[in-house]
Amino acid sequence: MSHNSMPLTTSERLSGRLLAAVAVATAIFLVAPILAIVPLAFSDGEFLVYPIRGYSLKWMEAFFSSEKWAMAVKNSFFIGSLSAALATVLGTMAAIGLSRTDFLGKNVLTGFVLSPLVVPIVIYAVGLYFFFAPLGLTQSYTGIVLAHAALGAPFVVVTVSASLSGFDHNLMRAAASLGASPLLAFRRVMLPLVLPGVVTGALFAFAASFDEVVTVLFLAAPEQRTIPREMFSGLRESLSPIIAAASAVMIVIAVLLLAAVELLKRRAQRMRATA
Amino acid sequence: MKAPKNLPTRQSDFATAPTLVTFEKISKTYDGHTHVVKNLDLEIRRGEFLTLLGPSGSGKTTCLMMLAGFEVPTSGEIWHGEVPLSRKPPHERGIGMVFQNYALFPHMSIAENIAFPLEVRGLGRAAIAEKVKRALDMVRLPQIADRRPNQLSGGQQQRVALARALVFEPELVLMDEPLGALDKQLREHMQYEIRSLHMSLGLTVVYVTHDQTEALTMSDRIAVFAGGRIRQLADPRALYEEPADGLVATFVGESNRFDGTIVSRDGDTAVIATRGGTRLEAFAVDIGATGPAAVIVRPENVRIGAAVDGLRDVITGRVVDVVYHGDHLQVHIAAEGLDVVAKQPTRDAEAPTVGSEIRFGFLSRHARAYDPARTDH
Repeated sequence: MSHNSMPLTTSERLSGRLLAAVAVATAIFLVAPILAIVPLAFSDGEFLVYPIRGYSLKWMEAFFSSEKWAMAVKNSFFIGSLSAALATVLGTMAAIGLSRTDFLGKNVLTGFVLSPLVVPIVIYAVGLYFFFAPLGLTQSYTGIVLAHAALGAPFVVVTVSASLSGFDHNLMRAAASLGASPLLAFRRVMLPLVLPGVVTGALFAFAASFDEVVTVLFLAAPEQRTIPREMFSGLRESLSPIIAAASAVMIVIAVLLLAAVELLKRRAQRMRATA
Repeated sequence: MKAPKNLPTRQSDFATAPTLVTFEKISKTYDGHTHVVKNLDLEIRRGEFLTLLGPSGSGKTTCLMMLAGFEVPTSGEIWHGEVPLSRKPPHERGIGMVFQNYALFPHMSIAENIAFPLEVRGLGRAAIAEKVKRALDMVRLPQIADRRPNQLSGGQQQRVALARALVFEPELVLMDEPLGALDKQLREHMQYEIRSLHMSLGLTVVYVTHDQTEALTMSDRIAVFAGGRIRQLADPRALYEEPADGLVATFVGESNRFDGTIVSRDGDTAVIATRGGTRLEAFAVDIGATGPAAVIVRPENVRIGAAVDGLRDVITGRVVDVVYHGDHLQVHIAAEGLDVVAKQPTRDAEAPTVGSEIRFGFLSRHARAYDPARTDH
């Protein structure tokens, strides 16, 4: 769809091309390091090094048949799902509270809720370690799930807040006037309308947990190791291309998550257009 | 819908109708010193169409929201019959509400929207389907049950909102400028529909608007709000013909205003010397024996040409403009440094020539003298 059918001037055409060149360069800068690891997953060598002399699927096979890695995959999905669920519930409630009309300390509270996005993760992990140790939460799934939920919640707050900014609060009043309790009004009216934001936030929260390694390093016992944690020790101990295989699998999952987010965004736009 | 009970159908009957809602010394302030609503008393009678009329910021919407339960009074109590409402959340009040922007649920079909209050009340599916159908028939939109709100025009959406607010048979329905977003012709049509629903269902309606024409045509009684207080509560005719103070006189309907000083006062009659030097005899409303006064005259009560013969006070001016309105002419007259407007029915008025000298006047009972200090908000 072309919004602007006016003929372009020479300088406009030039600046358009320059913009395209910069955009492509930026995209390469962002994506190339991620893609650099992928060919190594299909190397038939013994070490994680270029150049690749021959290709094989042996490291992929090794990844999928290893008990250690299977455990890591299971842990990643288990911790990711639980922490995303927890982050989604807490983050959605926080976003709704913060979307209300102004109250004293709203900005401070918003900053506080979003702080996990900016606090250096190492500091957060060390703090968690000392906080959790006396509570017996280190070396436990509970501890890691709680840690990841706190890291994922800000993403939910951001996406749900964005959905709520287009939400007509009169609808909640209408629901109340028609006899719906606040909880029922939330379930029947607000939740269906902000659902794209909630699910997008949940996916981001899952992704945040899925690639998180620092708090896992501090808090996880060997039986709670996740994929990134296993890769981290693999890098220190063996440097075998199985790490590249694990990376390739994680990239595929990340791409699937991104695609899901994009689909949701389109759906939300359609809903907004018809609302 | 319920068949109408034995309810008063003419406004004169409401004087004796029982009270449904009482506002008792209601005040509302957000910051502790500026009052949006000040120590307000109001009785809403069962079965009446009561309009809260006023400029924005006058407190009328705040009163409606307090009755609905979306705002909490800072002090005072609202009674619904014998029940104090202060501790009752909105969803337990059983009051229907129609919003200016319709507030239909965009993710539900029209039928689902109307079924919502019935589902919340736990009605069975068959009963819900029956009531939804009847509600759609009532607002004369039987064919649209499966559509979405965004597929309807503004007028249709507002009729669906009406059906949804009435389907659970509330005795009290609140309307917050429900026709504000519609164009003039549709608005007049909807005014008529709301009015006939009010009468056929025996509803008690509290209606908020800043449109005084709408208030005059629809209401049994009108409460004029300004500065958080009710300045006058009366039926439309009394409000228009006998405004209690200068603010009501200028806010409701059109008016000409002559400022001056009181020369003499004898009972209900006062003589006012206008700034232009004319002495006018006027009906004293809220003025004392001396001091300033504002004489207010409706344009349709200004007589011109031969009709001034026999009037006590006649003023001479110059015709500035004559505007044709179909059923009437508006004659703009420059006199005493003012723009005086006279409304003449087209059929019995000869259009005066622009630029010509013209004599005009009015009966002293049509000239009402007010305290100018009480003509502002």
